[in-house]
Amino acid sequence: MSKLLPESEVRYILATDVGSTTTKARFFGKVNGEWRLIATGEAPTTVEKPFEDVTIGVRNAVTEVEELTGHKILRDDGQGMIMPYQGGKVGIDVYVSTSSAGGGLQMLVMGVVKTMTAESAQKAALGAGAIVMDVLSVDDGRSNYEKIQILRFLRPDMILLAGGVDGGTVTHVLELAELLRFAQPKPRLGKAYKLPVVYAGNKDARSKIKELLGEIFDLRIVDNIRPKLEVERIEPARNAILELFMEHVMAHAPGYDKLSKWVSTSIMPTPAGEFTMIATFAKLRGVNVIGVGMGGATTNIYSVFEGRALRTVSANIGMSYSIGNILKEAGVENIKRWLPFEISDKDLKNIIYNKMIRPTTIPMTLEDLAVEHAVAREGIRLAFNHHKFLARELKGVKRERTISDIFEEVPAEETYLDMFRIHYIVGTGGLLSRAPRRNQAMMVLIDAFQPKGITRLVQDSVFMMPHLGVLSTIYPNIALELFEKECLVYLGTVVAPEGRAPDYGETVADITIIYGPKEEERFTLRFGEIRRVSLGLGKKARVIVKPSKYFNMGRGYGKAVEGEVSGGVVGVVFDGRGRPLKLPEDPATRRKMLIQWYKAMALYPEERLEEWAKS
Amino acid sequence: MVRYAKRGHAYTPGLKVTACTYVKKERLLPLHGEVLVREGDEVDFNTVVARAYIEGSPVIVKVAEMLGLEPDEVPRYMVKKVGDKVRKGEVLASFRAFFGLIKKEVRSPIDGYIDYISESTGHVVVKEEPKPIEVKAYIKGRVLKTIPKEGAIIGTPAAFVQGIFGLSGERNGEIAVAVSRRDEVLTPDKITEEHHGKIVVGGSLVTYEAIEKAIKVGAVGIVVGGAYMDDLEKLLGYPIGVAITGREPISITIVLTEGFGKMSMSKRAFDIFLKYEGRKAAISGATQIRAGVIRPEVVIPLDRSECPADESIAEKVEEGIMEPGTLVRIIRFPYFGMIGRVVSLPIELMKIETESPVRVVEVELEDGRRVIVPRANVEVLTG
Repeated sequence: MSKLLPESEVRYILATDVGSTTTKARFFGKVNGEWRLIATGEAPTTVEKPFEDVTIGVRNAVTEVEELTGHKILRDDGQGMIMPYQGGKVGIDVYVSTSSAGGGLQMLVMGVVKTMTAESAQKAALGAGAIVMDVLSVDDGRSNYEKIQILRFLRPDMILLAGGVDGGTVTHVLELAELLRFAQPKPRLGKAYKLPVVYAGNKDARSKIKELLGEIFDLRIVDNIRPKLEVERIEPARNAILELFMEHVMAHAPGYDKLSKWVSTSIMPTPAGEFTMIATFAKLRGVNVIGVGMGGATTNIYSVFEGRALRTVSANIGMSYSIGNILKEAGVENIKRWLPFEISDKDLKNIIYNKMIRPTTIPMTLEDLAVEHAVAREGIRLAFNHHKFLARELKGVKRERTISDIFEEVPAEETYLDMFRIHYIVGTGGLLSRAPRRNQAMMVLIDAFQPKGITRLVQDSVFMMPHLGVLSTIYPNIALELFEKECLVYLGTVVAPEGRAPDYGETVADITIIYGPKEEERFTLRFGEIRRVSLGLGKKARVIVKPSKYFNMGRGYGKAVEGEVSGGVVGVVFDGRGRPLKLPEDPATRRKMLIQWYKAMALYPEERLEEWAKS
Repeated sequence: MVRYAKRGHAYTPGLKVTACTYVKKERLLPLHGEVLVREGDEVDFNTVVARAYIEGSPVIVKVAEMLGLEPDEVPRYMVKKVGDKVRKGEVLASFRAFFGLIKKEVRSPIDGYIDYISESTGHVVVKEEPKPIEVKAYIKGRVLKTIPKEGAIIGTPAAFVQGIFGLSGERNGEIAVAVSRRDEVLTPDKITEEHHGKIVVGGSLVTYEAIEKAIKVGAVGIVVGGAYMDDLEKLLGYPIGVAITGREPISITIVLTEGFGKMSMSKRAFDIFLKYEGRKAAISGATQIRAGVIRPEVVIPLDRSECPADESIAEKVEEGIMEPGTLVRIIRFPYFGMIGRVVSLPIELMKIETESPVRVVEVELEDGRRVIVPRANVEVLTG
């Protein structure tokens, strides 16, 4: 890695994200004293056969940037970027990269009690940006034989073993360690190295753990993740996982050894990059935020709530490789319910599965696009349920659950994420950033997260949050400037009361919007209605929402709420569909309502919505 | 003014469909074992090239709990030592007290041997005897190289058709084309007893009933343009979430060359099957789209006199570069399956029907129409 210039002397920066499907290059430059996004380039990721070298995809993406700008970045000898900047249109000062290619970091988690150590260990793994393949615990209802079969079959990149409070019994955690020893799982990438195991359990078992696992595995011992029943200490395990990820997993993914020599600072997992920026956003504004990064293979959900930060990665929930799994998990009916036109189950499945087998293709027709938006809503909903499952209060004893429960709805009272107190929802990832109309991204986010009360929505402009996240580790000020100016797109605000009226058309709330001392707008929001009000970027207004007895804006049913709404490229959306959002069961009625909502949101071209309405 | 690039890369590496190439297959054991062939050997489809013994499954016996002992006391009461063979029901450990008045015994739940006795948990691990696993040659050809303890690389000149999605594992049989046109649907009436042991080639679609019939007559494989996912899921009895296949427990291997739905098989592929009808081929449905792309395939080994390809061809990596004149195939609705030549590669992003600004390619289709499609939605035809 080259020596870093002082922040003020940097002129041009190249950042790439090597995603599971595409590699995205972002080229930034200082223009008239201000940092700007100059160009973007994309190419398929080349982690797989026949290429098996991620740097080919990186070079292809950067070639697009070169074509668009005429700025020469790539070295002729194929050995990386021209650094430092040479003057004119040649060279760059900094090159950084994130990556989620090769399926990211895939981990297996083992803990003694499912709802305690195993859950804390799962949080640590997810927090490090890992995909958790399975969680094994002494009380998970599976026999030891089954556990051994799982350990052998899954071929993880890494294992996290935890269990027992310090000073407590060591038997159970040693039993898990023995299982691991008998199974001797093999790493996924590369046969030649020892599988990394992080031990974050009862400290009294350490010497026995070393005896059992020390020779067979690359064992790292860190502080106990649950030193006491009521204390959770995730950081040491999380850091060890990140360290081992760089050492082992990245080193064995094809081409990373080369790429890691090209970059100016360590390659960061994509979710870690995204989370860095979302956490920065929450901190700077002092707000509660939920974020989503929807990729091709996985969907990451982030939350920063009253100082508590949580990141989850839902493996197999994504818009390309994993699109078939969203269909499987959500079911055909749940995807169909968002489509404003008639389509047979067979045709819908064909569209979705054809995308799965040709993951880099993009929709060419509006119908195909609407199908992808429908799948995205369901995918984010599933991933958010997974997130809420872990966003719960620490408890010593909990109701028993199984791992298959994580995609089920988590009752509102179980999660600490109070949707009324979420100030912002932030979206990033290919599908959301590339939505042809920002209105589509806003609608997908509203339908998937179902915010309550008054919530602002923000979007990553062209997918650069991971890029800025890794950049912020060396040049925080440049990263922040770009984040504000080029990355964040303010979509607007959604005002959504909780509750349901007995019939559609009944009053949800009387709304007053106060734009200025003499400028007011009043209307009644009806049940089953969406009303969008234009309020430009940077503009603000006061709203008074007087809900009917069936609805609640956060202060109780029927209680009025006054607040501020901010404008954006979409505007202010008054969502009278109620919470939890329930769509009409009858297909014809449902499609009619969808057309009304989509018209109100200007989601797709008007003439096409008319066509769908008639069909 | 629209600017054009001289060349660009396709986003999807094209599927390989070629009448003559050199196919190399690494045939490796999942763990170390014995290699049974030598470099230069001629092998047939079913020749066993390597064999290993996989460790038997372990069964944990909670001896301390069963005898009411502390874990570290267990070794003292063991009747069997580590490494000893045991039969099901044989005594593993025995505890006597009060001159034999109290007697407790723990018996082995399986046939096997004692693998481990733990003083930390008081558990004893009994393992089943190792089981042999074999790796076959899969294709007819020559052993190019052996890899000590792991297996061998087999090579042969061959016609090679890569599919897009498949089900079930490796099999072999004679090619039998059951349709007369590549857009014809493979229905049960076209499958007869004569297809027993054969790879049945269909056109645009295989119906559920036709798959059932093929299984009934004992066909080993079906190669076809498309199938409905609904039908495949009905066949398997469970939904497919992630495209990782190859181990489905069905007695037939299915390879789709185009995708899901009714989709005419590409002319290239269909012509290859017509040409080599009656020849023996290897078929595999294994598909893994993520991390290490494995596509399903049909390999028809050929003599050098018919196909003069040698090893150097197999080494070539196709980069999928597009230039004006390059032959491409569109791989997404509404032009799915259409073939054409690249006319131009505009540099600037252009808006398509979805209003999305994307990198595009201008293609002249075989019927003379010129269409603009996202670069992401074409594959370069290779081979």
